[in-house]
Amino acid sequence: MARIAVLIAQRLGLGVLILFAVSLIIMFVVELLPGDTCQELMGQGATPQTLQACRAALGLDDPMHERYLSWLGGMLTGDMGISLANQRPIDELVIRRILNTFFLAGIAAAIAVPLSLMLGILAAMYRNSIFDRIVNVSTLTSISFPEFFVAYILIFIFAVELGMFPSVSNVHADMAFQERLYRSLLPALSLTLVITAHMMRMTRATIVNLMASPYIEMARLKGIRGMRIITYHALPNAFAPIINVITLNLAYLIVGVVVVEVVFVYPGLGQLLVDAVSNRDMPLVQAGALMFAAVYVLLNLFADIVSIISNPRLLHPR
Amino acid sequence: MKLLEQAPLSAKFGMAIIVVYVIAAVFAPILAPYPQRAIVGSQFEAISAAHWLGTDHLGRDMLSRLIYAARNTVGIAVAATALTFLFGCMLGFLAATIGGWGDQLLSRAADTILAIPTLIFALMLLTVFGTALPVLVLVIGFLESPKVFRIARSSAMNVVVMDFVEAARLRGEGVGWIMRRELLPNVMAPLVAEFGLRFCFVFLMISALSFLGLGIQPPLADWGAMVRETAQLISFGVPTPLIPAFAIALLTIAVNFVVDWFLYKQSGLKEERA
Repeated sequence: MARIAVLIAQRLGLGVLILFAVSLIIMFVVELLPGDTCQELMGQGATPQTLQACRAALGLDDPMHERYLSWLGGMLTGDMGISLANQRPIDELVIRRILNTFFLAGIAAAIAVPLSLMLGILAAMYRNSIFDRIVNVSTLTSISFPEFFVAYILIFIFAVELGMFPSVSNVHADMAFQERLYRSLLPALSLTLVITAHMMRMTRATIVNLMASPYIEMARLKGIRGMRIITYHALPNAFAPIINVITLNLAYLIVGVVVVEVVFVYPGLGQLLVDAVSNRDMPLVQAGALMFAAVYVLLNLFADIVSIISNPRLLHPR
Repeated sequence: MKLLEQAPLSAKFGMAIIVVYVIAAVFAPILAPYPQRAIVGSQFEAISAAHWLGTDHLGRDMLSRLIYAARNTVGIAVAATALTFLFGCMLGFLAATIGGWGDQLLSRAADTILAIPTLIFALMLLTVFGTALPVLVLVIGFLESPKVFRIARSSAMNVVVMDFVEAARLRGEGVGWIMRRELLPNVMAPLVAEFGLRFCFVFLMISALSFLGLGIQPPLADWGAMVRETAQLISFGVPTPLIPAFAIALLTIAVNFVVDWFLYKQSGLKEERA
C-alpha cells in the first residue's frame, strides 16, 4: 500500500505542476498581444490620462509576476475578472456555462460508455467475423467524420425530415429536467457517435490482447465456454485498461464538445469560448481555456491514478 | 504493383479516392467551371444545369468552390503536417541522440504542451497571433509536433543503442549525421503510418477551426468554412452544407483505410504467429 500512496502522491504532484505550467502558458501567450486590456476597453478615443488611470485601477502597471500571481489567485478563489465584451463578472458566466457543458457531456457518456463496451467485447469475442468487420469499418468511418458533419446529418434526419427534435438546443436554468434532456439529446447523440468509435476500438484491442495471454489459453484448453472465459477470466483483468480508455475518452469528449455546442447553439462553455475568441475578449478566453485545460488535465490524472490503483502487481507487492 | 493488387477492397477504395482528390487539387482551375471568388448568381440558388450544386450565401458557385477547396484545405493540411513532422522528428531524434538533460528538457516540454487540449490551445493562439495562413500552419505545426516527437523519440531510442550507431559515434560523426543517416532510414516505416494518421488529425482540426471561423479565411474556398457559410440552409431541408462536410469525411476515411492496411501489413506477420 505504501508504494501506491507514494506513486499517487507523485502523480498528484505532477498534476499540480502541469496545471501550474498550463496557467503560466495561458497568461504568457496573452502578454504577447500588442496593447493591453485598457486599450481594448476604451478603444480609439482613450486619452493617455484615462489610460493611465484605468491601468492603475486594474493594476496593469505592476510587474508581470505580481499580475500573474493575482490573476492565478483570482482564478482559484472564483474571482476571474470582468468580461470585456459585456462588463459582467466572468465567474458568473463561466460557472453556469460549465454546468451546462457537464450536463451535455454526461448524457453523451451515459449512452456511449455502455454501448461501446458492449460492442467492443462482442467484436473481440467474434474476432474476424462479419460482425467484427462491419463494426471495424463503421467505427473507422465515424472516427473520420468531422464532428459537425455528424451533427448536421443528425439535424437533417431528426430535426428537419422527421421533426422529432429541435435543431437548436436553447436550454436554460429554469427548465424542467425532461425538457432539458429532450433538447440536449441531439447534441449528446452527435458526441456519442464520435466517442463510441474510439472507445469501442480501444476496448476491442484491449480484450483481443488479453485473449492472447497464456491463462486464457489455459482456460480454453480446460474446455470452458466462450462467454464464461470472457466474464470470469478476461473481464476482471480488463477493468484497469478499460477504465483508462473511458477516462481518456471523457477528456476527449470535453474538448469535442466545442464544435457540437456551436452547431446546436447550445449554451455551454465551448460556445462561450468561441464567442469570446471572436470578440477578442481576452480575459474571458483565458478563463475559458484554463477551465477546459483544468478539466482535461484532471481527467487524465484520474485515468493515471485509476490505472495505478487497479494494478494488482502494485497492490500485492512481493 | 503486385502489392497493390493484393490490397483489400477498403485500401483500394481509399487509394482511388486520394487520387481523385489530388487530381482535383492540381487541376482545380481547369476542372472548376467558375473562379472560386467570382459571384456568378444570386444567393442560395438551387441546383441547376449552370450550377450543379447551386450557389452559396454570396452567389458563388458551390461546385467550383468545392474543387478549389481541395487545393486550399488539403494543401494547407499537408503543409501543416509536414511542418509537424519536421519539428517532431528533428527534436525527437535529437532527444534520443543526445539523451540526458537535453532529452529530459525536451520530453517534459512536450508533455506540458500535450496536457492542454489542442483545439482550445489553437483557439487561444490564433486569437493572439491572428489567422494569416502562415500563422495557421505554424500554430498547428507547433501544437501537433509533441505527438510526433513522442513517436519519433521512442522509435529512435530503439535504434540509438545499436552497434552501428555506436560505430558512427566512434568514427566521430556529428549529431546531425547520426540523426539523418543512421536513425532516419531505420524508423521510416512507423513514421510513414504516423504521417497518414497525423494528416487526418491535422486536416480535421483545420476544418474544425475553419468551421468555427478561425481557420482558412474567406474569400479562399475551404470546406469547413463552406459548411459554416451555408449552415442555415439545413433548417429549410436543403442538404447543401452536408456536401463540403462529406468531402472532408471522405478524404479522412480514405486516408484511414490506407493507413489501416499499411499497419496491418506491418503487424500482419506477428498476428499470424500469435
